[in-house]
Amino acid sequence: MFKLWAAIVKDSRVLLRDGIGLALMFFMPIVLVFVVTDIQNSSYKLINKNKLPIYICNRDTGQSSVQLIEAINKIGMFKVSQLPKDQNEKTIADSMKASDAMLGVVIPSNFTVKVKAKAKSVAGKALTSFGLQADSTQKEAGDVDPLTLYYNPVIQESMRLSIKGGLQSALQLVESRETLRSLYFSINEKPLPSKLEDEMLNNKTVINEIPVSKSGSLKAPNAAQHNVPSWTIFAMFFVIMSLGGSIVREKVSGSFIRLKTLPTSYMVGMLSKQITYVGVTIVQAVVIFALGIWVFPLVNLPGLDLPEDIFGLFVVTVICGWCAVSYAMCVGVFAETHQQSNGFGAISIVILAAVGGLMVPTFTMDTSLKTFANLSPMHWCLQSYYGLFLEGGRLRDVIGNLIPLVIISLVFQLISFWGLRRKNLI
Amino acid sequence: MAVTDTLAVNVQNLGFHYPGNDGVTFKGLNLTVRKGERFGLFGPNGAGKTTLLSLVAGLLKADEGTIQLLGLDVKSHSNAVNKLFGFVPQDFSFYEELSPVENMEFFGAWAGLSRRQIKKRTDELLDILGLTDVRNKEVDKFSGGMKRRVNLAIGVMHNPAILILDEPTVGVDVQTRHAIIDYLMKLNENGTTLIYTSHQLSEAEGLCQEIALIDSGEIVVQDSLASLLKEHRHDSLEELFLDLTGKEYRNDV
Repeated sequence: MFKLWAAIVKDSRVLLRDGIGLALMFFMPIVLVFVVTDIQNSSYKLINKNKLPIYICNRDTGQSSVQLIEAINKIGMFKVSQLPKDQNEKTIADSMKASDAMLGVVIPSNFTVKVKAKAKSVAGKALTSFGLQADSTQKEAGDVDPLTLYYNPVIQESMRLSIKGGLQSALQLVESRETLRSLYFSINEKPLPSKLEDEMLNNKTVINEIPVSKSGSLKAPNAAQHNVPSWTIFAMFFVIMSLGGSIVREKVSGSFIRLKTLPTSYMVGMLSKQITYVGVTIVQAVVIFALGIWVFPLVNLPGLDLPEDIFGLFVVTVICGWCAVSYAMCVGVFAETHQQSNGFGAISIVILAAVGGLMVPTFTMDTSLKTFANLSPMHWCLQSYYGLFLEGGRLRDVIGNLIPLVIISLVFQLISFWGLRRKNLI
Repeated sequence: MAVTDTLAVNVQNLGFHYPGNDGVTFKGLNLTVRKGERFGLFGPNGAGKTTLLSLVAGLLKADEGTIQLLGLDVKSHSNAVNKLFGFVPQDFSFYEELSPVENMEFFGAWAGLSRRQIKKRTDELLDILGLTDVRNKEVDKFSGGMKRRVNLAIGVMHNPAILILDEPTVGVDVQTRHAIIDYLMKLNENGTTLIYTSHQLSEAEGLCQEIALIDSGEIVVQDSLASLLKEHRHDSLEELFLDLTGKEYRNDV
């Protein structure tokens, strides 16, 4: 035990004097967690609170386009500004650029005429199908000319689709209203009463959003709940920059040679490195979680809520840390130089993070990538943390995610052991 | 008493080659070093000195033959053998980001010393090797000579019966060289067997009682320095060295 203790003290001293390694393990992930949470929080606010700025160039003079603009306003997602009718594509683009508006919509000049014609045509068809006498002079109406949506290319596809969905629902409302009015008039020969129109058209059914949590909590997860666990895992895997480098440095500096001539197995050294660096990963998690809880609210970010099962959180953190350390050790054993260890280490962490769902959720990935994600230890780390932070689960609920993590860690350990044997280092 | 009981090192019929035959090869090499001797192993670059010392220290594994230290087989008693000898490699083999004391605490513990023994030996050695006033400073700020002394101090922490030194004075000033040689002589007076390699042949003349010249993986000669000089009619080890190993360049890649 004294030998192990001496090795832990030595490794801790070496680590504390590695300023760059400490900065990479603590400072950079902390910056990352702040920046990413702030960005996600801003995009949430942009859609839900600040509203997306949109320019509408209404070339139509009828009522339908006015109703369409009202409907777009009612969606609650956009801040509508109108442009003069005579704007062309270039002037619309210039206006968008000048005011940082992300979107521009052009309503064609014959919009009302076409909407009404189509409504009459559809109403006629409906009457015929009801077995009633329709207006025999009514001609088949063509489609309404398309609306044009200009968008800033920085808007991601998923967001663009949701914007398009919003506009489509506004358009649907206008067309349905005209069809309904036309149908009512054809049957009753008087206008549709506005109260009835409102009841028929305006959706009165509310959608209640309830997060499915194991703890029964109804609190919706915020950007901090999503990002703090993700980037804590990323930080843990960044120990590769210090631990991988430390193993390589030991090998190239000749310390290994002396260690091999002493009556102590190098496995004691590897064990001490694991204990020291798992300790580091726990400190990383504590620091980042503490920032999430106490510092985020001070800078107008949503605060982090810790899971109810603190013991479960500790166990998950230790296992995630051990996995990160096992991976770093494996890379350190096989790397020949510090540059190899740092270069491969940093790039592989980014790849594992991307594949593991830290950057884009795995449920959005296609089947082959999802299979690949299962091989990334970060995926299982993230699922374990999400089980506690987002789903309100307890340790027993995330055991299924911890088992693959332990298996992956053991594989890294075995590969490291084999590498040390093969290189005649133990 | 059997002859082998008087031997510190006994290498018999040693066979070794690096993977892909890249480097020196040993075929049936024999070498003995008596207990309490100051033994020098010399040869040109690439002759096999460091490889032979690495095999004796158990850092490399022999393909054939036996290597015994004080009667214990290096292969089968590695832990017991590791307690018997100290190794001072040519490269600085310690943690430069730590102080001499911190290095000695760690290596002393791994050599099997207790806390009390570590404290005592650290104070003693730092005093003998003139490092007391820098005992708590990080070694990476030290000069080459100071680092050599730290390298030596760590190698002798556990009072080994055999001390293997691979060029212990390379790149040091005259004062440091004298200090190191004086200390090695003192260790030997107290019974430590010294196995030493160096390219400093004049230094070796004063230190070594018995020498072996190695070239291309073979022991060319082994005897006391006086006998070898007399037999080959030379006045110095350097002349003997050039006579037996030639004057052409040796490229050790």
